[in-house]
Amino acid sequence: MNELWQGIIRALELLVRFDPEVMAITFRSLGISTSACIIATLVCLPLGSLIHFTGFKGKRLLVSIIQTFYSLPTVLVGLLVFIMFSRAGPLGELGLMFTPTLMVIGQALLVIPLMLGLIISALSSLDKTVADTAFSLGASRFQAGILALKEARYAVITSVIMGFGRAISEVGLAMMVGGNIRGFTRTLTTAISLETSKGDIELSLALGFILLIISLVINIALSRLQQVRTSAAH
Amino acid sequence: MKNVKYILLSFALVTIMAAGIGGCDSGSSIIQAQDRLRIATTTSLYDTGLWNALEDRFEQEQGIRLDILYAGTGIALEYGRRGDVDAVAVHAKATEEQFIAEGYGIERVPFAYNYFMIVGPESDPAGITGLSPEDAFKKLHDSQAAFISRGDASGTHTKEKAIWKSAGFDYDTVATSGSWYVEAGKGMGPTLQMAAEMEAYTLADVGTFLAYKAETGLVPVVDEGAILLNVYSIIVIDPVTVEGAKAEKAQLLVDFLVSDEIQEFIGDYGLADYGEPLFNPCAGNEPVS
Repeated sequence: MNELWQGIIRALELLVRFDPEVMAITFRSLGISTSACIIATLVCLPLGSLIHFTGFKGKRLLVSIIQTFYSLPTVLVGLLVFIMFSRAGPLGELGLMFTPTLMVIGQALLVIPLMLGLIISALSSLDKTVADTAFSLGASRFQAGILALKEARYAVITSVIMGFGRAISEVGLAMMVGGNIRGFTRTLTTAISLETSKGDIELSLALGFILLIISLVINIALSRLQQVRTSAAH
Repeated sequence: MKNVKYILLSFALVTIMAAGIGGCDSGSSIIQAQDRLRIATTTSLYDTGLWNALEDRFEQEQGIRLDILYAGTGIALEYGRRGDVDAVAVHAKATEEQFIAEGYGIERVPFAYNYFMIVGPESDPAGITGLSPEDAFKKLHDSQAAFISRGDASGTHTKEKAIWKSAGFDYDTVATSGSWYVEAGKGMGPTLQMAAEMEAYTLADVGTFLAYKAETGLVPVVDEGAILLNVYSIIVIDPVTVEGAKAEKAQLLVDFLVSDEIQEFIGDYGLADYGEPLFNPCAGNEPVS
C-alpha cells in the first residue's frame, strides 16, 4: 500500500516539476496515439458509413469479423507490422522500423477494427427514418451518410475515444515496432514496462498515474460534450 | 455554439499532436531513421545502465544520434540479419562466430568481460555452495531445486545450455523434466526478480547481479569455473550482405568503445554504486580466464 501512495506522490511531483524526460515521454505518447487515432478516424468514418448504407451479401459476416478483431492481440499486430516494415521485409526500404512513424501506423491498424465496428453500430442504432427521410428528400448517399454521422455524433465521438484508449494503453506493439529507444520511441507504457523490470516500482506507478490522468481528462471532456447534448435537447 | 465546441476540440487535438511530435525529436528524423546509428544490445548490458551512460558521451563526442535497442543476443542478432540495426553488442562467442561466418558481421571486437555466476537464496536449499558449475547444475537437476532459466536464446541462456552440456546433460531433456525448471522468457533483471520471488536459483552475469543485488537479496552461490567467463563484443553489420547497414558510422562506435578513455570508464563503471566494478575492460582482445 505504501508503495502505491509513494507512486501517487511521485507522479504529482513529476507533473508539478515538469520533469523534462517524463514530459517528453508523455507528449510523445499523446502525439503518437492521437495521430494514429486521427488516421483511423479518417479511414473509419467513410468506410463505416459505406458499410452501413450498402446492402450486400455477407455483410453480417463482415461485421462479425470486424468485431472479432476488437480483441486482436497487440503483439500480433506488432509482429505483422515488424515483418512488413523490417528492412528485410517487403516495405523495409521505407526505413521506418523502430520509428515513431511506424508506431503511428501500427496503432492505427490496431484501432481501425474497433473504431469501425463501433461506428457501424452507432449508425445502426439510429432511427431508420433519419436516412429514409433524407433519401426521400432527394439526398445522395454521401449526403445521407454525413447526416447520419451528424445525428450519431456522440456515439461516433465515443468510438473515437475508445480507439484512442486502446492506442495509448497498449504496450506490445509499441515495444515491438518502436523498440523503446530512449528519447525517440519510448512511450508511457513501454517506459512503465522497462522501469518495472529495472525495479523502479515508484517511477512505474507514477507513469501509470499520468496515463490514468490523461484518460480522466479525456473522459471528462467527453461527458461535458454529452451534457451539452442533453441540455440542448430540453 | 456546438460548432465552436467542435472547433475547440479539434484544435486541442491538433495542438496535442503537434506538441507530441515536437517532443519526439527535432527535424526530419521523425519520419525516418536515416541519420541515426542503431545498435541492439544484450539486456545484461542495458539493465546495468552502462549503455545509457555511454550513449550520452558518444552523442556528444561524435554528434551522431545513437538509438539503443535492448534485446537478448538471439533477437539482437536477428535484428542485425534483417538490417534493422547497424551493430550488435552481444555475448555468445560461438553464435557470434557463426553470425560472422554467414557473412552478416564484419568482425567480432571484444570490449569488456566479466563472469557468470549461479545465484540463489542465501539459505542455499540445494547445498551447491563451493561446487563447480557443472556439479552444481547436476545437483540442482537431481534435487529438483527451483531453477529459473532465461529461456530466450540470449547470451546467458546460451551459456546455461553450454553448462548443461558440459555437465553431461541433454538440454532439451532438462528443460522439460519438470516444474522445477522454469523458463522466464525475460531479460536478466526481471529474471533475477523472478528468482527472488520464487526463492529459486538462476544463472546471471555479475554486472546485472550486482545492479539488482540490493533489491533481490540473492547471493552468489557458485562463482568459480573457467566455463563462467562472459565476454561482451561488438559486431558491425556487413553492408555487403545487409544492404543499408551504416558500417562507417558503426565503426566510429567500435573505435569509441575500445578507446583508452572509454575502456577506463567501463573498468570503473559501477564502482561508486556497488563497491566493485561491473566489467573488466579488454580493449579488443580476447580475454583468457
